[in-house]
Amino acid sequence: MADVHLPVTLPPLFAGLPRRLELDAASVAEAIERLDERWPGLRDRLCEPGPVLRPHINVYVDRERAALETPLDASSRVDVVAAISGG
Amino acid sequence: MPQIVLMVGTRKGCFLLESDGDRRDWSVRGPFCESWPIYHVVRDPGAGTIYAAAASEWHGAGIWRSDDLGESWELSSAGLAYDDGDLRLSKVSGLAPAHGRVLAGAEAAGVFESRDGGATWSLLSTLDGQPGRGDWNDPAKQPPGHLGLAGLLAHPEDPDRFWIVVQGYGIFETTDGGVSWTPRNRGLRADWPLEDPEIGYCVHKLVMSPADHDRLYQQNHCGTHRSDDAGRSWVEITEGLPTDFGFAAVAHPHDRDGFYVIPLDGAHDRCMPEGRAAVWRTRDAGESWQRLDRGLPQRDARLGVLREGMAVDALDVPGLYVGTSTGQVFTSVDEGEHWNEIASYLPGISSVEVAVIG
Repeated sequence: MADVHLPVTLPPLFAGLPRRLELDAASVAEAIERLDERWPGLRDRLCEPGPVLRPHINVYVDRERAALETPLDASSRVDVVAAISGG
Repeated sequence: MPQIVLMVGTRKGCFLLESDGDRRDWSVRGPFCESWPIYHVVRDPGAGTIYAAAASEWHGAGIWRSDDLGESWELSSAGLAYDDGDLRLSKVSGLAPAHGRVLAGAEAAGVFESRDGGATWSLLSTLDGQPGRGDWNDPAKQPPGHLGLAGLLAHPEDPDRFWIVVQGYGIFETTDGGVSWTPRNRGLRADWPLEDPEIGYCVHKLVMSPADHDRLYQQNHCGTHRSDDAGRSWVEITEGLPTDFGFAAVAHPHDRDGFYVIPLDGAHDRCMPEGRAAVWRTRDAGESWQRLDRGLPQRDARLGVLREGMAVDALDVPGLYVGTSTGQVFTSVDEGEHWNEIASYLPGISSVEVAVIG
């Protein structure tokens, strides 16, 4: 099970969504799909049509910058980060 | 006594300011919508739903809705996207509820609609084939803060008829629910060369007189204008105003010749001139103008008001409401003769709309 960490901006939008959870997924895209199944609409908050990650959403797998197609295994740590910006 | 609800969209969420029919004492609730940047907040007077057009820097554009005057909110972006890979929806800029549906204007420029109370949205038109359509979504031709389809005006009686404003290109009217469009910019002024005289006009705010649906007014980048034939032709009515630039405008709810604007310096400043705040009123369709400033700050007041930043209610003596880009809200309950500041420290305000309930 991948260890998924989500940004603080996301849980207020989806009832019951935790900051951290474990998911069974073979890629970043599949992990987001699993999240969207449980919290409909979540994919749209992270991805644009394409699909591609939104411009200011960064994903890291085991601390390496990742894309939707980046593979995951049972020991992967996934960090979804809202880029530091704004004021 | 009716309840007055002022819906204020800001850079950091939506706020609701509430009062009774006297419109003297106000309370503030908010921020709502998770403090997302809000571009326009409106209330559907039929269903009672409040809609807030929003765009998070991180999580994209969406439209929040509340069926219980802000007690609870839901966000939807279902259907708010373009299939055309060349178009990217960055924000929802404006909303217009009417006739059991809600119209939404977006950047890149397109009109969406919802017929299920904001749960889902569908693309109505990107004005394909209209003059300028090939250019107006070109990022190289868009100013900072581009709003795309920046204005919507629904006809009160005909659900198939409405007007939209494409930022920097002008007004287009449809009479068949968005299937076909006609540019409605004849008589407007542009202080730059035009390749096509039908388009290329920077319309900031388009309003209709509730007392005469053929009487339209607009605040333009280049002057203030009136139409007596529902936008088929325009005449300039800027003379008597201190500048020819501004964003916000409202039409008097009962008097077809009554109209309010807030002139701003038109260069980079875009604040009320000379640091002295004022709203300007005409009661004769633009033949003459009165400066209204009693109760507004008259010294070092660098106040700006954006295109959705002024509203008017429809009570017998209408109330006027102005929200500034520095977070103040001013009201007048005597048609602009006197003003009161009812909120001082909100985030920068992008929109003000008012609902009279009960």
